[in-house]
Amino acid sequence: MFEQFKTRATGVGAEVHRVVTRRDAVDFILGFLKKEGVSDLSGSYAVWADGPFLRGVDRELLKQVPGLSLKVTRERTAQAKIGISEMSFAVADTGSLVQDQSAVDQRLASSLTGIHVAIVPSANIVCDKTALFSRISPKTSRYIAFITGPSRTADIERVLTIGVHGPERLIILFVDELGGAA
Amino acid sequence: MKKEFKASINRALNDANLTGALGKFSEAYRVNRAKAYEGIDFEALRGRIAEAKSSAACHLDEVAEVFKENAEALGAKVFRTSDPEQVKEYILQVARDNGVKSVVKSKSMASEEIHLNKALLNAGISVAETDLGEWIIQLAGQTPSHMVMPAIHLTKEEVAEIFSKEVEERLDSDIPRLVKVARNELRPKFLAADMGISGANIAVAETGSIVLVTNEGNARLTTTLPRIHVALVGVEKLVEKFETVVPILDALPRSATAQLLTSYVSIITGPSPNDDGSLKDLHIILMDNRRTEMARDPKFKQALQCIRCGSCLNVCPIFRLVGGHVFGKIYTGGIGTILTAWFDELQKSEEIQGLCIQCGNCTEVCPGKLDIPEMILEIRRRLVLEKGQPLAQKAIFSVVNNRKLFHGMLRAASVAGKPFTSGKFIRHLPLFLSDLTDGRSLPAIAEKPFRDIFPEIRQPKGGEKAVFYAGCLIDFAYPETGIALVKLLNKAGIEVLFPEEQTCCGAPALYNGAYEVAAHNAVDNIKALLEVEARYVVSACPTCTVALAHDFAKTLQDQGRSEWLDKAKELAEKTVDLSTLVKRLVEEGRLSFEEGEDLGKITYHDSCHLKRTLKVSQEPRELLQKAGYELAEMYECDMCCGMGGSYSMKLPEISAPILKRKLHNIKETGAPLVAMDCPGCVMQIRGGFDQDGETVRVRHTAELLAERLK
Repeated sequence: MFEQFKTRATGVGAEVHRVVTRRDAVDFILGFLKKEGVSDLSGSYAVWADGPFLRGVDRELLKQVPGLSLKVTRERTAQAKIGISEMSFAVADTGSLVQDQSAVDQRLASSLTGIHVAIVPSANIVCDKTALFSRISPKTSRYIAFITGPSRTADIERVLTIGVHGPERLIILFVDELGGAA
Repeated sequence: MKKEFKASINRALNDANLTGALGKFSEAYRVNRAKAYEGIDFEALRGRIAEAKSSAACHLDEVAEVFKENAEALGAKVFRTSDPEQVKEYILQVARDNGVKSVVKSKSMASEEIHLNKALLNAGISVAETDLGEWIIQLAGQTPSHMVMPAIHLTKEEVAEIFSKEVEERLDSDIPRLVKVARNELRPKFLAADMGISGANIAVAETGSIVLVTNEGNARLTTTLPRIHVALVGVEKLVEKFETVVPILDALPRSATAQLLTSYVSIITGPSPNDDGSLKDLHIILMDNRRTEMARDPKFKQALQCIRCGSCLNVCPIFRLVGGHVFGKIYTGGIGTILTAWFDELQKSEEIQGLCIQCGNCTEVCPGKLDIPEMILEIRRRLVLEKGQPLAQKAIFSVVNNRKLFHGMLRAASVAGKPFTSGKFIRHLPLFLSDLTDGRSLPAIAEKPFRDIFPEIRQPKGGEKAVFYAGCLIDFAYPETGIALVKLLNKAGIEVLFPEEQTCCGAPALYNGAYEVAAHNAVDNIKALLEVEARYVVSACPTCTVALAHDFAKTLQDQGRSEWLDKAKELAEKTVDLSTLVKRLVEEGRLSFEEGEDLGKITYHDSCHLKRTLKVSQEPRELLQKAGYELAEMYECDMCCGMGGSYSMKLPEISAPILKRKLHNIKETGAPLVAMDCPGCVMQIRGGFDQDGETVRVRHTAELLAERLK
């Protein structure tokens, strides 16, 4: 299912990566932040929304990264280049990510920035929406968000253009070590 | 048809950008949609959608109440009203109560329907549409021309011009750059807005959820950043169960833009937290505006199954020529015609309903299983009931209702037409009729109609019998098609009967909304065709076949003439189109074709009624190949040729470019010969080639097959 997901997601312009351990994931993200020139300048910030993954990570390590904030405020996110958040599920047949985004920082970090980095447990790939719907419920989640590739429009002359109101890049990072807890 | 309407059609037809953009899009759409649906059982999928939406429409009142209860239990405020004025008052009241100065909107057709922006602006509240297409339209001071692609009628140069004024800077027409400008301009508006207004693609009663489907991400920002979220939802968006979200999400993006899923889907169930920790002030307005009334109308109830994907526009041969500013008001195209008649008023649909050529392309792709052409006919009928038939039409139909007079006039026309006839065509018609020969010639009326030739044909007697229903065109213009049909059936040992009392099938009257006339025609034909004992009633005209097999019963029922229903059913069961019958005879070994000769390339044109109503498309192809032809498929083989009965006379300016495209596609195959099963298409396409000066031969399948009998 991972391969199907990867094909579908890259087909709509997402970038898909996969690592084994949490530590690999942190290394990947820190490397990525560096490569993208994240710094303590408006327009170059990164924000990281709270979630199960982050709770198991050495925060001291992250606090030393200039420009990276674990506090997702509206003002800071609006000035951020990168938003990092966790998604619960990946849906193989459409290449979509799904998350209960009732918590507003989840929504801000994944919709206001230019680049969205999404962390997903590899164990939580489901085959399609029907399978997904047995695992999510509007009874317990007030804001269920599906994200499929970066923001796009074709409103001018039907020319597909990436990045309108939402992120223009979506980086998906599967982490094998995260169980199917979410 | 009013002068202004004709003028707006001509403006659209001469707008190279509009016709170019729509043409290119609809070509790409066909291919991409098919790809998006690969591996999916579309019939099963739309069956599920139609069933779920129809069920909700049947219990609209209860379903809306369940939604209200469930959403309110979660903390949303739900306001239900039938009156568009009350919707505006409610929103303005919420705005006043909260000191709202600015609003951002994520696309909502319901708000277009009630002209909400105007009301907000009048109250001193600034409004920004945030869907890129909608924003362009807003800045340009226009209305959307497509439900899914509101600004498809504008070029990038025009957009650059519009944006340049807004940002007071000279912008060039680089599309990614223009999109950036929109992002940069709208971002502060999102962040500053006090209220976000969205629509909803689905509203789920069971859970009180609304579902929003977008590509740009504007709905996420609209429902996240402002403290207040107002969702304006037409009650037709209601479904009972949460599980129905799955099939709708499966179909909506695939049908709308040929995507497997849009970039963003948000399922919002009750208020969620704002970034200051407070809960969102969530208002959901369930707007009726005649939808309940529509749900109670047996002919229009199905319109509530629409999921607003716009695929009926994407495949419409008329829409791709004239676009949404001619074809609709707020909602455009086929579905737009129906919604305009209801949400606006019947009279406003008077002209646009006439644009429908009844080709049925839209019924084939509709994920809600709507029969849009049928509903448009019903609008036509109601308009006729309300306003009466136009005088000229009335005169024609009074003739059609009197078989002897009608046939007498057709005979007379073969003489009267003479001075204007050259060869097989009427090339020039006098004065007021000159429009009719714009782009294609009309057939000359035959000197001797089929009914006069028939008694001279010697037939095998005593075997199986079939009644031949000729229809006016074969009888009076193309008797050779009738002769071919007799030859084919005779060869299989079938004796052909031709009851002289048969008359016009009523399709012209029916398609013009004159149901009374059509019912009269139906009764006359039922009497004539069932009078003689025969196994089949066979026709070589798909429109006539559809009339006999489908329309008679519906029309008679509609006109309250139920005493004829059993007979209509009997006739329908016996009725068969020629290709289907011939194929059966070939399979039974009763007919075979000469073998061993290579006849070269042929291409086949699918007639709308044959392919889409009668579901016959492979039969004639197989037969032509069996007869020795090599089939070369043309591009868009099943796209309408622009004939549409009297359509080609009422709207020749639209019919002509459709025909031109068809001729081009035929020529592209390199085949010197094109076959079809409809004498109407023969008339249109043969006439087109005649004026075009091309030498492609145009033949009815019956004739080609008859020539090859062993």
